Amino acid sequence: MNLRRFSLISVPYLWLFLLFLVPFGIVFKISLSDYAISIPPYTPTLDLATGWAGFKTFLSELDFENYVFLTDDDLYWKAYLSSLKIASIATALTLLVSFPIAYGMANAPDEWRPTLMMLVILPFWTSFLIRVYSWMGILSQEGFLNQFLMGIGLISEPLIILNTNWAVYIGIVYTYCPFMILPIYATLEKLDTSLNEAAVDLGCSRTSAFWLITMPLARPGIIAGCFLVFIPALGEFVIPSLLGGSRTLMIGKVLYEEFFANRDWPVASAVAVVLLLILIVPIVMYQRNQQKMMEAEQ
Amino acid sequence: MRRLTWFNTTSLALGFAFLYLPMVILIIFSFNESRLVTVWAGFSTKWYGELLQNQAFLDAALVTLKVGVASSTIATVLGTMAAYVLVRGGRFFGRTLFSGMIYAPLVMPEVITGLSLLLLFISIGLDRGMFTIVLAHATFSMCYVSVVVSSRLVSFDKSLEEAALDLGSSAFEAFRLVTLPIIAPAVVSGWLLALTLSLDDLVIASFVAGPSSTTLPIKIFSSVRLGVSPEINALSTILILIVAVGTISASLVTKRAVKRRQAEEQMAAG
Repeated sequence: MNLRRFSLISVPYLWLFLLFLVPFGIVFKISLSDYAISIPPYTPTLDLATGWAGFKTFLSELDFENYVFLTDDDLYWKAYLSSLKIASIATALTLLVSFPIAYGMANAPDEWRPTLMMLVILPFWTSFLIRVYSWMGILSQEGFLNQFLMGIGLISEPLIILNTNWAVYIGIVYTYCPFMILPIYATLEKLDTSLNEAAVDLGCSRTSAFWLITMPLARPGIIAGCFLVFIPALGEFVIPSLLGGSRTLMIGKVLYEEFFANRDWPVASAVAVVLLLILIVPIVMYQRNQQKMMEAEQ
Repeated sequence: MRRLTWFNTTSLALGFAFLYLPMVILIIFSFNESRLVTVWAGFSTKWYGELLQNQAFLDAALVTLKVGVASSTIATVLGTMAAYVLVRGGRFFGRTLFSGMIYAPLVMPEVITGLSLLLLFISIGLDRGMFTIVLAHATFSMCYVSVVVSSRLVSFDKSLEEAALDLGSSAFEAFRLVTLPIIAPAVVSGWLLALTLSLDDLVIASFVAGPSSTTLPIKIFSSVRLGVSPEINALSTILILIVAVGTISASLVTKRAVKRRQAEEQMAAG
């Protein structure tokens, strides 16, 4: 073990340890503390000058009170449930919108594909905030969508979409669909089309060949895409605060407001810890799916 | 046989319309005369003029750019080191924890990352400002850089490095003369990705920024909260154009580089 190898490992290691892992320890610690009107706004604070005894009293003052509070006040569990619901519906809608695009891309002529790929990736490089913002002018009551629908005579009253959950769904579908399109496209592109031809030759209709052959083989890509949309959508903050209304409850927004508006750091930290615990399930499932895909390729 | 049916064509057309129409509308209406963003009242570039007069936006843009360049450079160095350690480093104490810390930030909700870093900075008494944003951005973007770079490291032939070592170069020389040139495209795209992530970040920056270090996304967010405004449309148009030009030229450059490398490899093989 030479010095160079040691420093090569330890620099990024220490950086992540100090700026990723330690901060989590602090969040967890504060989530066990009590709210106080002081600076910083929580007790107890660890006073290293008092030595081991001080550390013991510090430990004894920590408790799970904030977590109990989260279950008592129905704002929080409603926000968790509503985030899960919004993220699930939005993921399903994203799949509905993205699959035909990915399917079209996989069936496009070879020389088109790099360009189509770039067209899907390009919005990802553009500012997320701007992409969300662009829908504010479209979905508002006097916005383009209502102007268009009223212009063609489909509706006579403007639809109220902005500041409802529908606007949040649209925002999530729009900003996250590249994450759905790309993995689905990757699996569809590798599909052996002779399987479908064989099925059709043997008397299967094109539609049932699609459902019986293409869909099952595309499943790993679909699952990967769903998690890639669901996981970030669950903790989303920008979309519900710009497109959602005052009644749109999402946990990312609650955490932000708890911290900045109410300045209740212990409760905000407890909200964060619970959100993380909820996220572990889909993250582990996503990892399993990726592993299976890797194994299938070998 | 793959064939482009009418269904495929329609879904591609509708899909790309969905992806691009909102941005096209945004760009068109940045040239609108009227302050009412949704009613067309004639062509004008006055919002661009007003934007350039707006000192607060220009200051925020400068802060964002400084933070972006600093944090993405740090992230590229750290991320490349981390990728090298993960792919070539062999076994060492705490390797699982290390790779966990590389992948976890990729799936972490931004609100949690922001909150945890803010609590860290407060508890060690670090004043919030540009420096803290740089630290925060470098931390999460180094993980993206390391994913990009390690995928390139995995795919290239290790025997090239071994050959250099056998021929008497030191480990560092082998890295500098053999490995680095080969992974350079991935390092550059990692840097670009880190830069984009930093320029784009709102949530983490609004946790760790101080009052004197407002970044452009924070500024945009606080003004669009009040509703749609033509100045923001003009600003968005400028940002979209920069990204479009940047991405398209970057892809042309990499395409040429790939072709050249293939030609060189063929010559070397022949």
